[in-house]
Amino acid sequence: MTQLALVIDLNVCVGCHACVTSCKQWNTSGAAGPLADFEPYGKDPTGAFFNRVQTFEVGEFPNTQTVHFPKSCLHCEDPPCVPVCPTGASYKREADGIVLVDYDKCIGCKYCSWACPYGAREVDEERKVMTKCTLCVDRIYDQTLPEGERRPACVMACPTSARLFGDIHDPESVVSQAIRDNAGYQLMPEWGTHPANHYLPRRKTPMHIHEDELARTDNPLKVDGLLPKPAKSEPSLDDVMSW
Amino acid sequence: MRPDLSVLLLTTLIGAGQGLFLALFTVQLYALAGLLPPPSGHAFYAHGSLIALAFLVGGLIASFFHLGRPERAWRTAAKWRTSWLSREVIVLPALMGVVFLYGTAHLAGWTPVLATLPSGLAIDATLALGTAGTVLAFALFVCTAMIYACLPFLREWASPLTVLNYTLLGGASGFTLAAAFAVAAAPELTRFLAGWAFVLTLLGAVSRVASLIRNARLKPKSTLQTAIGIKHPRIAQKSMGFLGGSFNTREFFHGRSGAVLRSVKWVFLLAAFAVPLTLLALAGFGAPAGLLVAAFFVQYLGLLAERWFFFAQANHPQNLYYQAVA
Ligand code: SF4
Ligand code: SF4
Repeated sequence: MTQLALVIDLNVCVGCHACVTSCKQWNTSGAAGPLADFEPYGKDPTGAFFNRVQTFEVGEFPNTQTVHFPKSCLHCEDPPCVPVCPTGASYKREADGIVLVDYDKCIGCKYCSWACPYGAREVDEERKVMTKCTLCVDRIYDQTLPEGERRPACVMACPTSARLFGDIHDPESVVSQAIRDNAGYQLMPEWGTHPANHYLPRRKTPMHIHEDELARTDNPLKVDGLLPKPAKSEPSLDDVMSW
Repeated sequence: MRPDLSVLLLTTLIGAGQGLFLALFTVQLYALAGLLPPPSGHAFYAHGSLIALAFLVGGLIASFFHLGRPERAWRTAAKWRTSWLSREVIVLPALMGVVFLYGTAHLAGWTPVLATLPSGLAIDATLALGTAGTVLAFALFVCTAMIYACLPFLREWASPLTVLNYTLLGGASGFTLAAAFAVAAAPELTRFLAGWAFVLTLLGAVSRVASLIRNARLKPKSTLQTAIGIKHPRIAQKSMGFLGGSFNTREFFHGRSGAVLRSVKWVFLLAAFAVPLTLLALAGFGAPAGLLVAAFFVQYLGLLAERWFFFAQANHPQNLYYQAVA
């Protein structure tokens, strides 16, 4: 079985919100109709988004780390949001594990959003139906797009390649390798939802400078540093160049 | 969670309707067993069923205001295998149908004997309908409560006490309503019904206070550490990623201060339990029967406050992600 998912590298994300805007752009222009926006240029703009980037500060000054944290539907392998839906509008696809909402069946009862511990679902307050990340199901299979573009809009937009996309059930996929090699983890494992999306932790990139890198060991006469020190009156390089 | 008026009305109105129906059938069973004088005429059952039906219909109408797309409400019956909400949507109209038939059968005096038990007890149509209605009424209490109790991470709700509370509080308000109704329809039953209402209100108070104590001791299972997966004791959100609020900041917060929450708790403890218990006791000792009508209205308002508190107290783990605007 296939389980498509995103792997988000918190070590690389710079919090630029490019994935947020490209997600909104793609999903507001699709066949499903525009995503609600209220007062987009007013004092309190609000609307439906499938993806949000949040910022956390870890540690205590001066030893702090700023962690930018993109969050969208995690396409849980055991999604609590699906069985509670009374209409069957929320469902998980057998073929690729994507969790979707059928906007034509949804009655807007919001029960599924209560059943998602991650707050990944947002009601579209214009269409009055539940919306959420679709993993760009209308992109990734689109044969009219060049093969390299059959990826979610957020993945395409990320300038630092902090977002990887692939099948986490295929051990050789780029996402499975990233999870394996870099200790990828899931959010709120305590609820047994088994999110398909994984996050890669911050990693230290320490720099080791050894003594022998500063002073040459094969330098018996210690001539390093004995650089020519021309007197002020001697011609300088500028004088040479101005000839 | 944000208490939505339509859901508060739905759960309290159908609770009272279910309780009233159970009270009517209890009277019928007692009368059948010869423990109570049968109410004169069939008006008691017929009009009582009509009132119960009105409460159930009122709840159903209120529930439509909760839906974004009420015109598609018929679709909700689809997933009864997995969804308690779907089950509730099936059981509620079924109960309404049975209550309607029960009232009609009493009104029309339609009591054909369907079967006779070996003991010689004749099962007539009203008895069969009443039994079916009782099963459905209890099923509806379970469905309504399980909608909330089945969500494990809403820890204030995920407890058998939720089911017990919905059943006892619905039953209590229904029996109080029945006692108030009996003042006009069957005065000889008033004391009997007020007695049951007293017992149910008392049991409801015990189980509701038990759940308050349980919830006060809950330790959150999800923390910022598990929410973003970083093991550090000091994590603070600096930005939730937007300024003007979103569905996530509106739907999952009650938006009131802790002081309001605490006062609503005392209001409902008084109005749903203490005051009605006093009034019911007074009525039992011969005080004017009009007190029973007051008891029902005070208790109903108290239960609205109780339901408000039930929602407001539930703390959704998604709130961990929405703590600082910028
Ligand atoms: S993240 Fe939430 S909405 Fe997405 S599959 Fe998991 S429970 Fe459902
Ligand atoms: S809001 Fe829509 S998708 Fe969610 S549970 Fe209700 S009907 Fe299902």
